[in-house]
Amino acid sequence: MATTTAAIHAPVQAESGLWSWITTVDHKRIGILYGTTAFVFFLIGGLEATIMRLQLMRPDNTLVSPDFYNELFTMHGTTMIFLAVMPLSASFFNFLIPLMIGARDVAFPRLNAFSYWIFLFGAIFLNLSFFFGGAPDVGWFGYSNLTSKQFSPGHGVDFWAVGLQILGIASLAAGFNFIVTIVNMRAPGMKLMRMPLFVWMTLVTSFLIILAFPVITVALVFLLFDRFTGTNFYVPAAGADPVLWQHLFWLFGHPEVYILILPAMGIISEVLPTFSRKPLFGYPVVVYSGIFIGFMGWGVWSHHMFAVGLGPLADSFFALTTMLIAIPTGVKIFNWLGTIWGGRIEFKTAMLFALGFIAMFTMGGLSGFMHASPPADLQQTDTYFVVAHIHYVLYGGAIMGIFAGIYYWFPKITGRKLGEGLGQLHFWLNFVALNVTFFPMHFVGLLGMPRRIYTYAPHMGFDWMNLLSTAGVFGIIAAVLVFMWNVSRSLRHGEVAGPDPWGGATLEWAIPSPPPAHNFGTIPTVHSLDPLWHREGPELVKTANRIGGPIHMPPGSHWPMASALGITLLLSGMVFGWWLGIPGVLITLYGIYSWAFEPCT
Amino acid sequence: MRFRTHPMMFRRLMAALLVVLPLAFVAGCSMQDYPQSSLHPHSNYAQWIQTLLEQLTFWVVIIFVVVQALLIYAAIRFRSRPGAPDPKPIHGNTALEIGWTIAPALILTLVAVPTVLTIFKSQAPPPEDALQVRVVGHQWWWEFQYPDLGITTASELHVPVGVPVNISLETADVIHSFWFPAMGGKRDVIPGRTNRLWFTPSDIGQYPGQCAELCGTSHANMRMALMVQAPEEFQAWVAAQQLPPIEPEAGTLAAQGKQYFTQGQCIVCHMIQGVSAGVIGPNLTHVGSRTTIAGGIFPNDAADLGKWIINAPARKPGAKMLSLKDMAMSPEQVPAIVAYLQSLK
Repeated sequence: MATTTAAIHAPVQAESGLWSWITTVDHKRIGILYGTTAFVFFLIGGLEATIMRLQLMRPDNTLVSPDFYNELFTMHGTTMIFLAVMPLSASFFNFLIPLMIGARDVAFPRLNAFSYWIFLFGAIFLNLSFFFGGAPDVGWFGYSNLTSKQFSPGHGVDFWAVGLQILGIASLAAGFNFIVTIVNMRAPGMKLMRMPLFVWMTLVTSFLIILAFPVITVALVFLLFDRFTGTNFYVPAAGADPVLWQHLFWLFGHPEVYILILPAMGIISEVLPTFSRKPLFGYPVVVYSGIFIGFMGWGVWSHHMFAVGLGPLADSFFALTTMLIAIPTGVKIFNWLGTIWGGRIEFKTAMLFALGFIAMFTMGGLSGFMHASPPADLQQTDTYFVVAHIHYVLYGGAIMGIFAGIYYWFPKITGRKLGEGLGQLHFWLNFVALNVTFFPMHFVGLLGMPRRIYTYAPHMGFDWMNLLSTAGVFGIIAAVLVFMWNVSRSLRHGEVAGPDPWGGATLEWAIPSPPPAHNFGTIPTVHSLDPLWHREGPELVKTANRIGGPIHMPPGSHWPMASALGITLLLSGMVFGWWLGIPGVLITLYGIYSWAFEPCT
Repeated sequence: MRFRTHPMMFRRLMAALLVVLPLAFVAGCSMQDYPQSSLHPHSNYAQWIQTLLEQLTFWVVIIFVVVQALLIYAAIRFRSRPGAPDPKPIHGNTALEIGWTIAPALILTLVAVPTVLTIFKSQAPPPEDALQVRVVGHQWWWEFQYPDLGITTASELHVPVGVPVNISLETADVIHSFWFPAMGGKRDVIPGRTNRLWFTPSDIGQYPGQCAELCGTSHANMRMALMVQAPEEFQAWVAAQQLPPIEPEAGTLAAQGKQYFTQGQCIVCHMIQGVSAGVIGPNLTHVGSRTTIAGGIFPNDAADLGKWIINAPARKPGAKMLSLKDMAMSPEQVPAIVAYLQSLK
């Protein structure tokens, strides 16, 4: 099965070195860039959380000022959502989607590079706010009219609004790219209902992205107009209703929750069958429930707003739609249980994280079910009970799912397995520590501790539970350090994986690890849902690795990066001034022009 | 030996366990230990929520136990063992899948019905004889007005036990959220809107509350207290609050303080009935009768009041009240002003 590169028609380009990464349009490399960048922001977001927990360690603590504390939770939320979990998911989309559907790359490779660069620049821009007069301090949800010039005169809100606009461009470009890729570039024979579940969840997530981000874009444009040109979209003194922001924000914000969790659900739907040696139980039902969740995600936004006072009819409507979402979610959980039931479960680290996902996501789902009921929610919303809920969903759920994916596909990405011993240590440390950190928050919230307070009085009974939560953070830190040590060690000394270390069923396991630049020698024809587990498997592997004819690969380009830089400078000019905006306009125009007329061979 | 249990008793025991266990931790705790607890209802509204929460908890705990038990059982039972045969490639089971779609739907119905009933019950118009209170949120303190009684006070809301309280909620600046957990759920206070909330306090006592919506720098320092009093005690409080402010005797320290107060910048923001007309800060007509100052974060004693007047922003970050220096007043004036304010019982 020796592959030869002689027949590969690709322009000469650097294979290593910094320039090769700057100009890359290879979906695999872009996936790696996304993953490593997002992991750095995951660490930054974690650091912000750690400082907050140290401040809340005891009552009346004075480690940080209230304003800095407000900046910390705003940036922690914004960072973890937009700069960690979303791009970590994007890293899996990038690396895996072409491999799983049997394609050589995504539909628009240079647009893909553009997405990454604009994400990177937007993320840097947002974090620069710490050094230019203070980070945003209005919460990741930025409720007006606190965000108005009158109540937030500094530049923090500007950084936040412009930063989210920049990041939105990255998300939109990626969303369209993956929809087109998945719809058009599947291998022959891979009908929609033969796509791996991760591909399905990527498709649903991509649709949610392209429909949800325009909503927040509009909301942010209104806000920026208010702040820069003195319009009154959200200014109550001029007769505006600041609740408009809440409707727009949550109309984006709730689908956003599913943008964060559906990819993780897709990941574990790949991991569970592999390590149970059984196909996914009720595949069509899992697909439909994923679509149903994505669809229903548009009809529940006001459950974030029960305290606003929208009236009993609206409260009832949104309570019922929210409860309805529990059905497909429950169906998914039962189907995952059905998948491992009767299987032959191998407790590799990836599998532990996938099982941990089920356990923790169930917790988060059930507490979510409790505040789907508005009267109960009115006691729970804006308290630590909700902080517990979102962290069970997003840390116990999304992040654990992402770790499952990292352990599962690390051999495919690097050619080496992550250390199993350190992996198990990572899992158990993480599992215990996350419960020590987040479980007490349910109770401290029910006992009356609001969110987003930088301090609390000593006689409220909040003390020891907060201390326990703070202690738990150090367990999470230890777990992350173990993981980082494992990665750095395994990159050099990890067990060589070979093409298919776990006995996977999907196409990415048919080709070498790491895959060659062109992925498949010949695009195979797919006849079933789990092709490598079928009789067609061995033949398919041969085809996938045999160079059948000339292969056309796109050349690298630095114009996507230049255009992304231009757009970022252009928008940064809103905060920093015209001297940055004008060069930004010029670079953008020149970048896009050069990109458009760049020869494609 | 077989252990016999009456099935009905067993069922009740299980139900009690399921509801109580998760709440045992808190149910066993007294209100003294957790004064701001949302799990110790002291009004009709809070009790309705508590009843609903118990039903929710019951189902949530059952589902939690079932799912985690299945997960753990499957993980142990179906773990890979040497020599085990390949599992059967089962792709699904229609009956099972229909079953676990319908089961959650049934549970949802069981929860949805009391949910909707409670929503409509708790948001029904208040009884006619309710005590009217107008609450105004400010960065970062609460103002309480009794329009029918002609009283304006701050940070401490007095109400009689057993009488419905009809609260209208407004804000002077940004969004806040009004929340006394012992009285029930929170309600946002939104610019340009008047929100409503009503409840009937069922027990005499003092209950803490605080702002529950991020409202800027000192959001954490926007606290308040609810004093639920016996009717005659409440009437006495009302009578005292309705009196004009006490006029200090000439020649006393308090009289000196009043002079400083009226000559200084205090009057720009604070109202003392018949003395000054400021509306930006709390009304001080009967400030001496309150137990706390500064949005409920410091005790109302001479030492704290003095420190507050000298440099309010240093004591409470972001506080709008100017420091003594910025008001061009001198520290020597402070004891007299404190004496005057304390005399305003």
